[in-house]
Amino acid sequence: MSTAAASTLRGASLPKWSPYAIVGGSIVLGVLIGLVGGLDSKVQWGLIAGLLYVLGTYVIAARVEGRRQAKDRVATSLVWVAFVIAVVPLVSLIWVTVSRGVKVLDPYFLSHSMGVVANADTGGGAYAAIIGSLEQVGLATLIGAPIGILTAVYLVEYGRGRLAKAVTFFVDVMTGIPSIVAGLFILSIMLIFKMQPFGFAGSLALAILMMPVVVRSTEEMLKLVPNELREASLALGVPKWRTILKVVLPTSIGGITTGVMLAIARIAGETAPVLLLVFGNPFINNNPFEGAQSSLPLFIYQQYADSAGANAAYDRAWAASLTLIAFVMILNLVARGIARWKAPKTGR
Amino acid sequence: MSKRIDVSGLTAYYGSHKAIEDISMNIEPRTVTAFIGPSGCGKSTFLRTLNRMHEVTPGGRVEGKVLLDDENLYGANIDPVAVRREVGMVFQRPNPFPTMSIFDNVAAGLRLNGNFKKSELGDIVEKSLKGANLWNEVKDRLNKPGSGLSGGQQQRLCIARAIAVEPNVLLMDEPCSALDPISTLAIEDLIGELKERFTIVIVTHNMQQAARVSDRTAFFNLAAVGQPGKLIEIDDTERIFSNPSVQATEDYISGRFG
Repeated sequence: MSTAAASTLRGASLPKWSPYAIVGGSIVLGVLIGLVGGLDSKVQWGLIAGLLYVLGTYVIAARVEGRRQAKDRVATSLVWVAFVIAVVPLVSLIWVTVSRGVKVLDPYFLSHSMGVVANADTGGGAYAAIIGSLEQVGLATLIGAPIGILTAVYLVEYGRGRLAKAVTFFVDVMTGIPSIVAGLFILSIMLIFKMQPFGFAGSLALAILMMPVVVRSTEEMLKLVPNELREASLALGVPKWRTILKVVLPTSIGGITTGVMLAIARIAGETAPVLLLVFGNPFINNNPFEGAQSSLPLFIYQQYADSAGANAAYDRAWAASLTLIAFVMILNLVARGIARWKAPKTGR
Repeated sequence: MSKRIDVSGLTAYYGSHKAIEDISMNIEPRTVTAFIGPSGCGKSTFLRTLNRMHEVTPGGRVEGKVLLDDENLYGANIDPVAVRREVGMVFQRPNPFPTMSIFDNVAAGLRLNGNFKKSELGDIVEKSLKGANLWNEVKDRLNKPGSGLSGGQQQRLCIARAIAVEPNVLLMDEPCSALDPISTLAIEDLIGELKERFTIVIVTHNMQQAARVSDRTAFFNLAAVGQPGKLIEIDDTERIFSNPSVQATEDYISGRFG
């Protein structure tokens, strides 16, 4: 056979830059169609561009490379479109919060409370809300995290039979509890004892919301610990409880920390139970066990709802939102740090 | 430091499934006994009944007697945790604790049991690592993680960890099946040295290995899949490999099995 014969292994292929060209082309086309068609919404432009990108990829690839390669490229382009659609809201949320939040976010905002500042006035800050959030979330974590982790240890290491099944079932049910119901549950107890709103009541409701999340994530992490490690420890004559404490938990500590942090992030943003149980307080109250407190989500809600459109209050609400996001973000970074520091070590 | 084992009428179950049936044998102190037999015949299960690890598996239970120097391991008031301190175990796949350094891995048994003197710990770790022929390779990096060692080194680390608590008996469940020939050789040499101090029982799929390292060999077999495994015979290794008294053993050893 001569070398000129067509090889079945070789085929035409699009140049490396073609995907970028198709992206550029479809964006330009999308914008053009939007302008010519008089479409106001930029979202529509984006969707048209995305559609053109997927279609264009298929048509061009099908003509040059063949149908199988075209399908491959369409799958790739769909993944990219999905990625962009997922990232756009995230980025825009952070962008809007940061750009509107930095206006009044300064040391003064972080260190003063609303006290005697009227809602429509400028000045004031979120200090009372920050203290409230830290104390309520901190206490909720102190209650919720240990109970959740111990429950997971029971389920994975000891749980057999009906009790374990029942616990698993109720943990699943608890995961779905709306936060307002957890708040009402604590409120009903408070009403029996004729108590006034106070911070710790909010912590209890938040702990209820936190527990199932901690149980679920810790359970998954404990299941990942190889059984061989447990057996190795038991075979050394180490009692089971010490095996769990010194071998199983340290091996999975990274994942458990991450799970607890995610649960904290979840409850840090809860408004409903705090509204019911902690009530809100423009003055600084450092004692979570007596008297109404504030909290960041509640502060955001009240600034927005009670201000009757005053710009100063809106600015404070955005600044508090940014504070809350930063709070959760810092927690996450700390958790990742701990996870990396404690995780099973590799390398020589 | 080394004790004899007498097993009589031992039957082990996983739930309702009978895994091994009516096994009796004597294992002398300071000897190496090898268990051979096809997969699923209950060698590992039997091995795990010797230090009460079988009952760690959900549904695992045991009938019969295992005497360790005249004391029944399955008698009343026997603490399985105490049994496992007397009868150590090395597993098929090397399993050093991933959160601990090499030093901590060897010291784990003592530390986790809480019965040691701080001043002695370093000596015990050195002695155990030397006993496992690993000291020269790791003495400069004792505080590095154990998972960074090669597979063969990890397995010797696990042996060091097992002998650091000074057991009387050492059980090995296919300790070389995940290792290359050179690491295997290192472990086999080690077994030869360790038998001066311990009673050793080793499960292996490698018949040459059984012939090389053991003084006595036990052949296990099962009648059919799903049937309980049984001890066919136990005899001096030389006899088992040259002139076994049961036809099935000869068939298995010469590869005419099935």
